[in-house]
Amino acid sequence: MNTHHLEVMMKTPHLLKACLLSLVLALNATALSARSEPLTVVTSFSILADLALQIGGDDLRVISLIGPDEDTHGYQPRPSDSRLIGQAGLVLANGLGFDTWLERLASSAGQSGRVVIVSEGIDAITDSGGQAHHGHDHGSGDPHAWQDVANARLYARNIARALAEADPSRADVYRRRAEAYDQALAALDAEIRSTLSVVPASRRKLVTSHDAFAYFGKAYGIVVIAAAGISYESEPSAAGIARLIRQLRREQAPVVFVENISDPRLIERIAREGGARLGGQLYSDALSGPDGPAGTYIDMMRFNLAQLMEGLMPEPTVEGGESGR
Amino acid sequence: MMEGLIGPFFEFEFMRRALAGCLALALGATPIGLFLLLRRMSLMGDAMSHAILPGAALGYLAFGLSLGAMTIGGLIAGVVVAMAAGLVARSSILKEDASLAAFYLMSLAAGVLIISLRGRNLDLLHVLFGSVLGLDDASLLLIAAITTVTVFALALIYRPLVLECFDPSFLRGVSRLSPVAHYGFLVLVVLNLVSGFHALGTLMAVGIMILPAASARLWARRLGTMLALAVVIAFGSGLIGLLASFHADVPAGPAIVFSAGLIYLISLALAPGGLFGARLHRRPHLES
Repeated sequence: MNTHHLEVMMKTPHLLKACLLSLVLALNATALSARSEPLTVVTSFSILADLALQIGGDDLRVISLIGPDEDTHGYQPRPSDSRLIGQAGLVLANGLGFDTWLERLASSAGQSGRVVIVSEGIDAITDSGGQAHHGHDHGSGDPHAWQDVANARLYARNIARALAEADPSRADVYRRRAEAYDQALAALDAEIRSTLSVVPASRRKLVTSHDAFAYFGKAYGIVVIAAAGISYESEPSAAGIARLIRQLRREQAPVVFVENISDPRLIERIAREGGARLGGQLYSDALSGPDGPAGTYIDMMRFNLAQLMEGLMPEPTVEGGESGR
Repeated sequence: MMEGLIGPFFEFEFMRRALAGCLALALGATPIGLFLLLRRMSLMGDAMSHAILPGAALGYLAFGLSLGAMTIGGLIAGVVVAMAAGLVARSSILKEDASLAAFYLMSLAAGVLIISLRGRNLDLLHVLFGSVLGLDDASLLLIAAITTVTVFALALIYRPLVLECFDPSFLRGVSRLSPVAHYGFLVLVVLNLVSGFHALGTLMAVGIMILPAASARLWARRLGTMLALAVVIAFGSGLIGLLASFHADVPAGPAIVFSAGLIYLISLALAPGGLFGARLHRRPHLES
């Protein structure tokens, strides 16, 4: 089991970044033939950075343009990002319309040949749970494919192949680590299934503010109700909120979950009027910092699973208190 | 018909809360907007909304995503900018608009710098200032408290404020209350902007301040009538906007401000002070 902790360079102050960059440049200049400098991998967001680190380990320098707890939808490229991509030996993008800006940045930095779309080969969900309105522009398919662990295994395989091509001298190492990580992911998948199997069918409902769990719901048999039109970007309409409240009342969903990147006030209001309890926080598009509860992909999925179980399972000990609240 | 008009408010608490928020805004922010308009500073609200950014950013840096800390930080930054601008306007040759522009631009730049230091891709103001449909107890109480303070403060400084609007140098000559009226009013502007941001978001808050005030100015000649009419128009815009948002599935904030805008356009066409007022309502002109 790999236990490399996340050494992602977050969006630290420019000065630090500049220092590191010049260090990299100096290393490139002095040790060009030694092949000891790590391959630099630039990813669009923190989950891809973790997957790359799990496979590349200490042999990689991984930089995530969007760091932990940061929202992908609010991202605006900076000149320094473009420079980072120019330095990269490999650029990893999620694809499915999630981070098209990364491909644009890469091609403007003359690096378009090094962009690898890690969701290649995914069976994409095109309509997000029957709701046509998705709030923000993700292109045609739903991009949040990593919420299904089977898809994450595919991501990891794609990343391993891309790493081996970018740095053939370490191909064996990458393949070995990728196999070990694949087993860990398979175990995670089984863990999620067996844990959720005890939840009765009537309570298998996941309500969130941002429609990011369609893959999770499809893979693990959970009905996902997203607050349609109540995403981070678009201003909500009263009609959309009323629709969701009515749906909550009708479906009698027990709990509404908050995400790590959105304004909680609206979803709290909806939960209360829909007769649901407010559940814990779920991580969808970004990991937490290394000290947080979801510092790696596997930790994130485990954390979300624990939050789900806490929200969905009727707890006999607090049954009385629950109705009182 | 009646069902469509009042049904949403019976069925959903969030609609009732939104309406209560609109009422509070109409009572507090719109009178402030009218005085801004009379002082020819209608665009001050827009400028001040940017001035609030660095305070919100500092609150965020110190306490994370805490609404309380960010609101207090924003209030402090807004008051500091308003005070500094007022001081410069009163004691240098620069007029109030110029000094305000200078300070709000510095404040805005500082805010953007502070946020980028931390490097988070976060539209702070968007996170900080919610939607009229998501008013929780804390936001609603804040808006109501600010409105209460505003109404009482306006009652206290009404006379000097009116003089300050129409003849500031005269007020300065005859009364020691001139600075009280001036600075007190600036603080009220900041307070009501923050309250409007909580209800309508940054983009729309200034609209509910200025548009009803402009409409009322076109209809009424006496200040008292103007104030009452502005409040009624603002609350009416809130009601119409909320119902439009409910029935036509459009965002609430823009719907409310657009309703206020429509009333303004109608007033422009029909009111005595509007585009055709001179021809439609032949009356002796008493205004200077």
